[in-house]
Parts: sequence; structure tokens; C-alpha cells
Amino acid sequence: MGEMQIRPLTLNFGPQHPAAHGVLRLVLEMDGEVIQRADPHVGLLHRGTEKLIEQKTYLQALPYFDRLDYVSPMNQEHVWALAIESALQIEVPRRAQLIRVMFCEIGRILNHLLNLTTFAIDVGAMTPLLWGFEEREHLMEFCERASGARLHAAYFRPGGVHQDIPDGLAEDILNWCDKFPNFITDLETLLTDNRIFKQRTVDIGVLSADNALALGMSGPVIRASGLAWDLRKSNPYDAYDEMRFDIPVGKTGDCYARYLVRVEEMKQSLSIIKQAIHKMEPGPVLAQNNKITPPRRGDMKMSMESLIHHFKIYTEGFHVPASESYTAVEAPKGEFGVYLVSDGSNKPYRCKIRAPGYFFMAAVDEMSRGHMLADSVAIIGSLDVVFGEIDR
Amino acid sequence: MSGLELTYLIELGWLVLQVFVIIIPLLIGVAYLTLAERRVIGFMQLRKGPNVVGPFGLLQPFADALKLLSKETILPAGADKVTFVIAPMLTFVLALVAWAVIPFGETLVIADINVGILYLFAVSSLGVYGIIMAGWASNSKYAFLGALRSAAQMVSYEVSMGLVIITVLLCVGSLNLSDIIEAQRTVWFALPLFPMFIVFFISTLAETNRAPFDLPEGESELVAGYFVEYSSMSFALFFLGEYANMILMSAMTTILFLGGWLPPFDIYPLNIIPGPIWFILKICFVLFVFLWMRATTPRYRYDQLMRLGWKVFLPFSLIWVVLTAGFLISFDMLPATAGLN
Repeated sequence: MGEMQIRPLTLNFGPQHPAAHGVLRLVLEMDGEVIQRADPHVGLLHRGTEKLIEQKTYLQALPYFDRLDYVSPMNQEHVWALAIESALQIEVPRRAQLIRVMFCEIGRILNHLLNLTTFAIDVGAMTPLLWGFEEREHLMEFCERASGARLHAAYFRPGGVHQDIPDGLAEDILNWCDKFPNFITDLETLLTDNRIFKQRTVDIGVLSADNALALGMSGPVIRASGLAWDLRKSNPYDAYDEMRFDIPVGKTGDCYARYLVRVEEMKQSLSIIKQAIHKMEPGPVLAQNNKITPPRRGDMKMSMESLIHHFKIYTEGFHVPASESYTAVEAPKGEFGVYLVSDGSNKPYRCKIRAPGYFFMAAVDEMSRGHMLADSVAIIGSLDVVFGEIDR
Repeated sequence: MSGLELTYLIELGWLVLQVFVIIIPLLIGVAYLTLAERRVIGFMQLRKGPNVVGPFGLLQPFADALKLLSKETILPAGADKVTFVIAPMLTFVLALVAWAVIPFGETLVIADINVGILYLFAVSSLGVYGIIMAGWASNSKYAFLGALRSAAQMVSYEVSMGLVIITVLLCVGSLNLSDIIEAQRTVWFALPLFPMFIVFFISTLAETNRAPFDLPEGESELVAGYFVEYSSMSFALFFLGEYANMILMSAMTTILFLGGWLPPFDIYPLNIIPGPIWFILKICFVLFVFLWMRATTPRYRYDQLMRLGWKVFLPFSLIWVVLTAGFLISFDMLPATAGLN
């Protein structure tokens, strides 16, 4: 009898799997319960967003950004608005900047709430998810009051935000900010010192700082590995340079460090939201340039010029001078960037989107090799992947 | 028809009646345990749980049962058909037969056999066969992994459970369940044997595949584990079997450590309440703790669970057996056992 070849068990993890966070297909080669190789397959949620954006005017392209990382939509809009603003070189009114910062941080909390609680459910604790969704509900109501939509807000526009926040919203957000720390305490009671949770996360999926850099990680993942890299500090946009906040940095780069970093980031976001609201003063929320931003509704009833501007903006759109630019923001998941090539027409020539989650996929193999099947679930959960942005 | 046959038939009829008197409330109990689970966990998670079908959602279990009954039973093409069908039946039957020896009150027991606890132990160990058969017959990698995990887990925790039971038996001097309960008239074993009580309770969690040891059906890794390929009534049988097992294990905990049908104190307002009521109340309490655990704890990883079973519980319960035996002998407190001395 010749030599026997023992083939590893190949397990198709996903795309229809509760822990695949969408449509991740992970082909696992396993030796019993131990993972020998993890091969992530992406593209099952590909919608051709980048190509679609080439066919739309700049303003029409904006809602596509909501639909990339649908967990924190406004952060994605922000990068598109910033990219166009830098190409057009328009100034954003201060109030609009503060509103955008506020909603970006609300988006960050929205995202971290979802990620932390689904991470908890991935390692088997189901209660945090239900508690977290209660809080997410409050935050989505804030988004709804400002923009009319809970999820796909299309609220940030080139030149500011679509409309001012309604009366009373800022106070309600401040009230919520006072209550939210209690929720974080509750969440931490269930998880942070829980022995089982720590057994499941400490030293699981360790990513060293060098590896994290080499693999193109960003956001909480790279910070958990020990690099204090945050675009809000290193390359401040909008009103972030006025905000006082700390960058939480992990030491170990394991799943537990990523969890702790996200919890701390929520607390920092709370403080940024409060600062932004306290700094807000009445004023315009959209740049007053009717070639780029629509005129007020009232003006259109009285002024022929406004009517023409309105018509031109919503049909032809505005032209962006020929340029190439890369704009990036610190989205909740990491560096979310747009490489925008404009040819002077009313549509982008090319819009390449850099989604942080796509790079996380590259690290799945590195992180889960040698761990057990249950750990791969924890690793995917701690990486924070949303397939809307990975597949685009 | 001769007189002998008639007596035999009457005897048989009486037995069948007894069986139904236990099985039917048990199945209703299982149905309401599923509802209780959803409601209790619902309240712990700041939501309502099912409250629409009937008053307070009380008809929800029946709606669920009807829905499952009306579904198609799917036999996967690659499955071993016979084993695939037998597995849920086996699980379900084993979860029910154990109830034959459970004493609900002072004389309320179908079979008051002398080796009651051994019978219970044997039947609950057999439960793993249904799961292995299901995992193997499904011809699915997820189901197979789930079944393997389950087998390993149940076998590991039965060892420490066996040692815990030995500790109790040392204090009782009988394998008869009614005797075990009678021995707790002065004090429930949960107090003097408190560490064993905890070990036993955690082992029952593992034995019934409940959180934090629910890895055989670890939703986030294995989707549903060994019964991932099952649908309709065959799924329902697994489900009923699992919950009947939970009730059974709670009954075992109650009998071994919480004084079975005995009232907490033998004083006036408490001792007029009939034994079965106490028994059911205690079972409900243990079940509540089962549900509470599920809402609170994350899930162990496979190797961590094995480590806990073999490296912590086994030595610990072994030491405790020796300690208890030593204590009983040195203070001459060994219970009198008929026929042994």
C-alpha cells in the first residue's frame, strides 16, 4: 500500500452564515477544529458602485456612499463631500462643519455599537446586541430628525449639509450623551471582565504593529496593534482640529484589544459630540454659491435666477475642474478614501473608493491560521467588516 | 376472556394511563418552557418577547408547533435516510423515558426502583447517540462537527457528574430517588455539598448543551450544529427532546440537591403545600437559572470546555468525593445501608 495522503477538511464558511457579517465566503482548510488556511472570497455583494458613480453627476453620486458601509452612512458621505469641496475649493460654513463632525461621531458610535454587540454575539453573548440596538435606535432617530432618513441620509452635501438641524435636536443629543455612559457601563459589565469573554478574545487573532502596517490596516484595528494612527489627528478635516480627544491605543493587537479600543472610542466620540454642540452658533449650513449649492426654496418663488440655478443643479449638476485628488477620512472602520479623477465635466471621470474593510480581508488568513474554528468567528467579528463597502 | 387476561389488561391500561399523566403535562411543560425562555430572555434584553398570539403570548408554543407540523420534512439527498429519521426519535424517546423514575411526591412515582439514579444516569448518557447519529447521517460538515463536539462534551461532563452523584450517594446510602429525597429532610444537600451543587449544575448545562456550553449548536460557528439539516417535525423532536432534557436535568438537580418534593422548612404554612407543587416550583427555579445563564454568558470554545471538564471539574469532584468519604467515616456518620454490613 502506498503512502496515504490525508487531505484537510475544507469547510465553506459562508456566504450564508450567521457569523459571516453579510456575504463573506471563507474557505477554511481545517485539521479537525484547527484552521490551517483561511481563504476569503469577496465580491458577492458587488454592485458596481464605482462604475455607477461615473455615470452620475457629482450630487447624484452622493447617495451611493450611504450604501457602502450602511452601518455608518454619514461618514461615507463626508469623504465624498470633502473630495468635491477640495476639487472645487469651496469653504464650508463653520456651523455646517460642526454639524458634520457631530454626525460623523454619531456614525462612529452607531458603527461601534453594532460591531461590539455583534462581536459579542459571535462569541456567544446575545444580550448586548439587543441592548445596543436600543441605543442605535435613539441615534437613528437623531439622523431621521436631521435628514428625514434613518439610514441612507444623503445629508452631507458638497459645501455643507442639506439643511440645518431642527430646533431641540442639539439639546436632545446632549441629553442622550448624558445617559449613554450608563449603557457603556452596562455593556462593559457584561463583557469586559467576563472570564469567558476574555478567554475567547485575549491572544486571539494577534496582529503585530509591523504586520498591521504591511497589510494596510487602519482604524481601530491598527490602533489596537499599538499605532496611534488617526486621520482626525494626523490630517484634520472640517472642525476636527478644534476638538480635544484622545486616540485610544491597544498594546496586544488581539481581539480583546480591538474590543477595548472601540469601547474607548465611543467615549471619546461622546466628548467630541458634546464639544461640537457647545461650539455651534447660528449661521448658514451650506456654502452660499448657487453654482454648486441649490438656492433656498423661498428665493425660487421670487427670483428667476434662483429658479434657473435650481434647475441647472438638479439636471446638469455642477462641473468640477480637471484634477486628481485623494481624500480620506477616519471612518469608524478605518481610513475611508476616495481617489477622484475629474475631467472638467459634470460627472467624475473615475472614482476609486478605498474601503478599510477590503484590506481587513487580507489579514484574515494571517490572523486565523492556527486558531480554532470558533476563533475565526471572533476574528471576523473583531475586524469589523461590512460587505457593502468591501464589495462596493 | 379469562380473568387472568382481564387483570393483565387492566394493569396495562393503568400503566398507560400513568404514562400519559406524566407525558402530557411534560410536553405541555416543554411547550411553555420555550415560551418562558423567550419571554424571560426578552425581558432581560429589554424587549417584550412573543406576546401577540393569545393572552400574554400563551398560545405561541401551539402556533409554533402547528407551523412546524405543516412544514415539509426534508431528507437531504446525501443523507443516510434510516439513521437520519431514527435519530430525532431516539433523542425524543430518551428524553421522555427517564421520567419513569422521577418521584413527584412521597408516593407519586411510576417505577420506584432501587437503582433509580443509575437508570437516570444511563438514560441521559444515551442521549448522545441521537446526536451522533443525526450528525453522521446528515452528511454535512457542519452537522458532523456539531455532533463530534457534542459527543466529546457530553462524555467529558458525565464523568464529573458521576463523581458528584457518588458524593451524594455516600451521604444517602441508597440509589433510590425517594430515599435520596427523604435523606434531605433535615438539610438540603445543596448546603453541605455546595461546591458539588455548583459543579453538578454547570455539568447539567454542558450535558444539555445550554449556554455557555452550547457549542454543539454554536449558532455563530456551526449555524445550528447537529440538527442543521433537519426540518419540520424531525427538527421539532430534537427541540422537544432538548427542552425535555433541560426539565429532566432540573428535576435531577432538584432531587439530588434541593430536596425534591420536600418543603424548604417543615413548618406550618409551608408543609401544607403538597409535595408535587414544591417539586415543580424548584424545577422552575432551576430552569430560570438555565435561561438566565443563556442571557448572560458568552460561549466557551471547544478546547476551553474540555479543559474545564477534565482539568478542573474532574480533579475537583474527585477530591471532594474523597473528602466527603473521609469526613463521613472519621465522624462515623456513614448512613446505615441495608444488606451491606
